[in-house]
Amino acid sequence: MTIDSRFLPRPDAGALLHMTLDGAPITARAGDTLAAAILAASGDASRHSTMGTPRTAYCMMGVCFDCLIEVDGQPNTQACMVAARDGMVLARQNGARGLRKLSSTPAQSNADG
Amino acid sequence: MVDVDLIIIGAGPAGMAAAATSAQGGARVLMLDEQPQAGGQIYRNLGAETPPPAYLGASYAAGKPLLAGLRTAGITGEFNATVWRIDSDAGMPRVLWSRGGTSHAGQAPHVLLAGGAQERPTPFEGWTLPGVMPAGAAQILMKTAQLLPRDAVLAGSGPLLYLIAAQLIDAGAPPQALVETQTPAMMTRAMRHLPRVLLALPELAKGLALIRKITAAGIPRYTSAAGFHASMRTDGRLDFSFTAKGRAHTLCTPILLTHQGVIPSTHISRAAGIAHAWNPAQQAIAPVTDRWGGSDVEGLHIAGDGAGIGGAEAARAAGELAALDILRRLGRIDKNTRDRQAKAPRRALTRAMAIRPFLDAAYAPPPEILAPDGETIVCRCEEITAAEIRQSLEGGATGPRGVKTATRAGMGPCQGRMCDLTLRGILENCGAAPALPRARTPIKPVALGELAALAPHRKTKA
Repeated sequence: MTIDSRFLPRPDAGALLHMTLDGAPITARAGDTLAAAILAASGDASRHSTMGTPRTAYCMMGVCFDCLIEVDGQPNTQACMVAARDGMVLARQNGARGLRKLSSTPAQSNADG
Repeated sequence: MVDVDLIIIGAGPAGMAAAATSAQGGARVLMLDEQPQAGGQIYRNLGAETPPPAYLGASYAAGKPLLAGLRTAGITGEFNATVWRIDSDAGMPRVLWSRGGTSHAGQAPHVLLAGGAQERPTPFEGWTLPGVMPAGAAQILMKTAQLLPRDAVLAGSGPLLYLIAAQLIDAGAPPQALVETQTPAMMTRAMRHLPRVLLALPELAKGLALIRKITAAGIPRYTSAAGFHASMRTDGRLDFSFTAKGRAHTLCTPILLTHQGVIPSTHISRAAGIAHAWNPAQQAIAPVTDRWGGSDVEGLHIAGDGAGIGGAEAARAAGELAALDILRRLGRIDKNTRDRQAKAPRRALTRAMAIRPFLDAAYAPPPEILAPDGETIVCRCEEITAAEIRQSLEGGATGPRGVKTATRAGMGPCQGRMCDLTLRGILENCGAAPALPRARTPIKPVALGELAALAPHRKTKA
């Protein structure tokens, strides 16, 4: 189900950046990290752990790795450390990430799911 | 190739002050920070083009002179740069960092670690649920994205809770309640530090003003709170249960903001091989330094909260002191000049630290947070519970390494940042020897491809 954002709606700030999260449109304001944009949009989990438990971004400073997300095909990206950009394709990670063929994308980190 | 005299890791108050002082003294400085701009967490996003919201207040705006100091000639800043290793090459400190998917190596005769602090992990049943977040993390969202938590409950202990509550009141988004774990016994223990606090009366007055604002806004405060437990309803809201002064309460909220103070970020200093010790007053691991921030590893200094929690003013002073010592070691000033110029920051440091023993005692983390029990998750990454860790101790594990081998606690991507201290608390609680946990390179995950690409670069250097 869809859970309302746990944050108050922000005053209109003009131009928005447009991205998708699991195929659904999601907007961000210039300067937002991906984690901020996702938290502003929804109170749902942004990841399910290797054991299937729901998580959202936690520390917001690159320490805890709870905000891991797939960005433009790159898994295990820290959403709190990446600025939102127009056209980004985001996907929630559910469970552990597997190894992928080297031919599909450049080398990538494979920290954990 | 060595083209700088000093590499500073971390652009918070300590790093910024050190950069300005050392550059004014003629040193060439490279400053690295993981965030997109200088400021650290306390002054995060203060350098943005748009002025900060008024509700963040004077203590936030107070960082502007430090940011302005970075315009001193001789300072190069590199941001979005994640340091993952410090070692030495041909007797000189070397720093390796990742930026935009490429790793770089830099060398300088001096490196200042100014990586600051992180919030103390606050484990209780339900702390991994969506909607539970450290209060400082919510404040980062206020600073960087003007996101205000909706009808929040602030739970835990420490001056930051009061500051955030006051900022939320001023922002028109008052919290629903404050649930505070400090007890009258803690305050009694804190009272013996009162004579020193007299040096810090302005700080104390500011804190009392925050509490008055919270009271005047009619926000309920539950004190002597314990037994935290959170569960999520189907609509996503959290039921937060606790006892306060012996009575059971449950509050329903979309967002539960927890806080139990901050602790030094020591992965970088531990992985660099610097000696560390347990600080019982602050219940944290901290590097051992001399009064200039110098460490037992040649060329490495540490300043700011990463060397022990003191707050922004103390960090600024410590950054200046470290920079003066580095300037002396570089031969740019003599010992007498260093000592003379150190007088003002030394006084500022003493003043800033005066309130610390009082705060450490009055807002001490409660035992149930330090050494949880039962189904509370300790290691968030690997989802290892307190009961599993206690079982591993009964099964023969004798220290952090044994627990790690038996349970995987601390082996996830955060590398123990969220569970090192809790594991230590449980070890101590079970009568086991709480040895210092190891931190190893790379201290942040780095792609194998980045390491491979770095290899020929190193070869050409040699």
